[in-house]
Amino acid sequence: MLSLKNTLKENPKLLVIFGLLALLFIVTSLLQPSFRDPATLTNTMRWIGLYGIISIGVAFVIITGGIDLSIGSLIALSGVMLPMLLKGDIFFSDPLPVPLAFGLVLLISLGIGLFHGVLVTKLGLQPFLVTLCGLFIYRGLARAAGNDQTQGFGGDFSGLKNALVKDKLFDFIPMSFVVLIMIGIIAAVVLNKTVFGRYLLAVGHNEEAAKFSGIKTDRVKIAAYMICSLLGGFAGMLFVLDTNGATPSSFGNFYELYAIAGAVLGGCSLRGGEGAIFGVICGAALVQVAEKAVFFLGVEEKSKFTVIGIFILGGVIADELFRRVNEKRMAGGGGTGPPGDSPDPAGSEA
Amino acid sequence: MAADPDSHPLLEARAISKRFGGVRALEGVSASFHAGEVVAVMGENGAGKSTLMKCLAGVHQPNAGQVAVDGDLVSIPDVRAAEKLGIAFIHQELNLAENLNIGANVYLGREPRKFGPFFDQREIRLRTQDLLDALELDVTPDTPVRNLSIGHRQMVEIAKALSQKARILIMDEPTSSLSLHETRILFRLVKKLREEGMCIVFISHRMAEVEEIADRVIVLKDGRNSGELGREEINRDRIVSLMVGRELVAHEKTVAKTGEIMLEVRDLRVARFPDVPISFELRAGEVVGMAGLVGAGRTEVARAVFGIDRALDGEVWVQGEKVSIKHPQDAIRAGLALVPEDRKAQGAILNLAIRDNVAMVGMDRWQRAGFVKDRQIDQRAEEARESLRIRTPNTRQQVSMLSGGNQQKVVLAKWMPLRPRIFLLDEPTRGIDVGSKSEIYEVIDQMTTEGAAVLAISSELEEVLRISDRVIVMHEGRIAGQVARDDPHFSEKGIMQLATGGE
Repeated sequence: MLSLKNTLKENPKLLVIFGLLALLFIVTSLLQPSFRDPATLTNTMRWIGLYGIISIGVAFVIITGGIDLSIGSLIALSGVMLPMLLKGDIFFSDPLPVPLAFGLVLLISLGIGLFHGVLVTKLGLQPFLVTLCGLFIYRGLARAAGNDQTQGFGGDFSGLKNALVKDKLFDFIPMSFVVLIMIGIIAAVVLNKTVFGRYLLAVGHNEEAAKFSGIKTDRVKIAAYMICSLLGGFAGMLFVLDTNGATPSSFGNFYELYAIAGAVLGGCSLRGGEGAIFGVICGAALVQVAEKAVFFLGVEEKSKFTVIGIFILGGVIADELFRRVNEKRMAGGGGTGPPGDSPDPAGSEA
Repeated sequence: MAADPDSHPLLEARAISKRFGGVRALEGVSASFHAGEVVAVMGENGAGKSTLMKCLAGVHQPNAGQVAVDGDLVSIPDVRAAEKLGIAFIHQELNLAENLNIGANVYLGREPRKFGPFFDQREIRLRTQDLLDALELDVTPDTPVRNLSIGHRQMVEIAKALSQKARILIMDEPTSSLSLHETRILFRLVKKLREEGMCIVFISHRMAEVEEIADRVIVLKDGRNSGELGREEINRDRIVSLMVGRELVAHEKTVAKTGEIMLEVRDLRVARFPDVPISFELRAGEVVGMAGLVGAGRTEVARAVFGIDRALDGEVWVQGEKVSIKHPQDAIRAGLALVPEDRKAQGAILNLAIRDNVAMVGMDRWQRAGFVKDRQIDQRAEEARESLRIRTPNTRQQVSMLSGGNQQKVVLAKWMPLRPRIFLLDEPTRGIDVGSKSEIYEVIDQMTTEGAAVLAISSELEEVLRISDRVIVMHEGRIAGQVARDDPHFSEKGIMQLATGGE
């Protein structure tokens, strides 16, 4: 079930996203050959790695039918805190050892996810609102923690930076991409092979039926928010290791939107219940390749967002059109139900 | 009955065929509908009833064949075109905007206007009031649809059809979610419309209704015409044999040997009827029917016992032990199973595969260290497919692709591996065909032979009488009475009297 072939078979719309990715890559390479230089590719992969992680995180929440708008601010918070913790500028006067600093940031991230999940499930608040407030709050906390000053590593911790982000496997694949693939494999296993993953899809499709089946739907949703924030906080640390410093007021701005764009392009439905990790990684890659392509094709900085936005919109439209065609084909030629059985759930002939 | 045979029928389907890809839904089906008659279209699940209706109402386009209105060939590319021809179609799931009022719904998309873009509220109200008067409905056009019962909502749909000057009213299972009382009102209206020359076509699975109201029955089987019965010829056995193409062996209930008390509910109070404590018990090996009008509180009791809603207070005892049920999971652990009333919203997860639905309850059994044992689930799903006769090419099929009866079998299948000792079945056969119904009765029979206790909530008296050893009748939140199988009141009449608050 985890094999690429089966994944594509069960979810043919991944083909669309994969095709778009390949198409964009080939076209840009033809127009601008330096785009396929190994150095450029490595660079692009480094970014795909970083953004892919947050796309996977938000995918878990989107599958439950929720959303997380606070990821960018959480990245700022974790990106500001990591250098400060490692230098002993916050909470503790002594520099914290790397594992402890990482652990603490991850713990705080988990706490934030728990907070979101509890508000959404136990209080019944809308995920959009809860995490919108989170977007403001964590940005504010990041600015307060960092005293609105850029927090960085200076020349230190290069070993850590290399190990997690910059080193290249086989002189080509950046570590951040390797990390993404590892997280991706774990996430795919969790989603496809575990009971939790099965429950996650069930809750996303039909929360009420899941509850009637004895599934503790609240716990499943809370766990999804915790995974999302955990990966967001973790990615925040990688981002700051990559950039060497974080400015509290701007670090991670809009990243939640990149994450959501990647997840949705990758096949997650905002209505919930649908999503495959391979698609999400492709989606995140598509967003990054688009961004790089825009740069390489010489689009002016001021028009960059317009072009990227239009491109993503095109991707979403292509995906939707493909879904419809496919649905029609399934409804018609599937040879599935007994004759005359309407495949439309609302119009089923009882 | 049908008008002058020389005149053209109001609506005629001539050798209609419809395919969905490789699947033949209709194969040369012909039917004619005349002014002033009520025609029932019957058939098993998947016989093509809804597809035929949808071809006539512009929802589907036939691949072959012709449609004629007043003898003239017409094409009906969409629902609008059908409306213009005087054909109105009321879906089984009503299509009303709940947040708007009756008037707004009746004229939705066809609002009388004034000053260009502004709709004429006064005109809407007046016209709607006329329609409501004609339907003898005691509500105002300003009532939000949200506040209406299902029965009233259906009336609003009919008002909408009348406002379009429909001459042919097609209804897909209009009574499936109506209470008995609401059904009576609907039928009175149908008879009135018939007298006014309207043609009413409806799909139904309920024999008693068809016997009562239809002038003619058209039976489909496997997408083909199977036969027609005129007013005088309509009877249950003939309809059933046309539907299934064979004489159906009537399901004979195994008379239970009742054993120990499996479930005891003591002084349960639910939020909707806070002043009425309910107590009852279920014994091993018996089927207890729970009858009553829609809204009598039967579903609320089942939900509270199963931990979907919190009861205000009360105790639940399972096999002599008091259990605390705060979540369905607690109920499942105590050996209870619930088949909910709304198969599509609560019972099955339509977009997931049959196999995933079957494994959804008690997935603990199909996992090791959190990992799902897919092969075992496949095996289990395959067993369920065979034992419950779920008609599907394979168990990886999405549940949404199945017919209602088969969907319900999937919902039952997910409980079977847990071997629950107490089944709570809420409308277990709502909206499914006779064939699947008897199959489900057999499953219920099997549950009790294996020593489980079954509580079967049903709004179909025929069904209650057929499957129950004992019937609990509810009325406005309280238990109005209990009737055992050997009681002289164990009859439609006896139960109806209790259900309506009589003695």
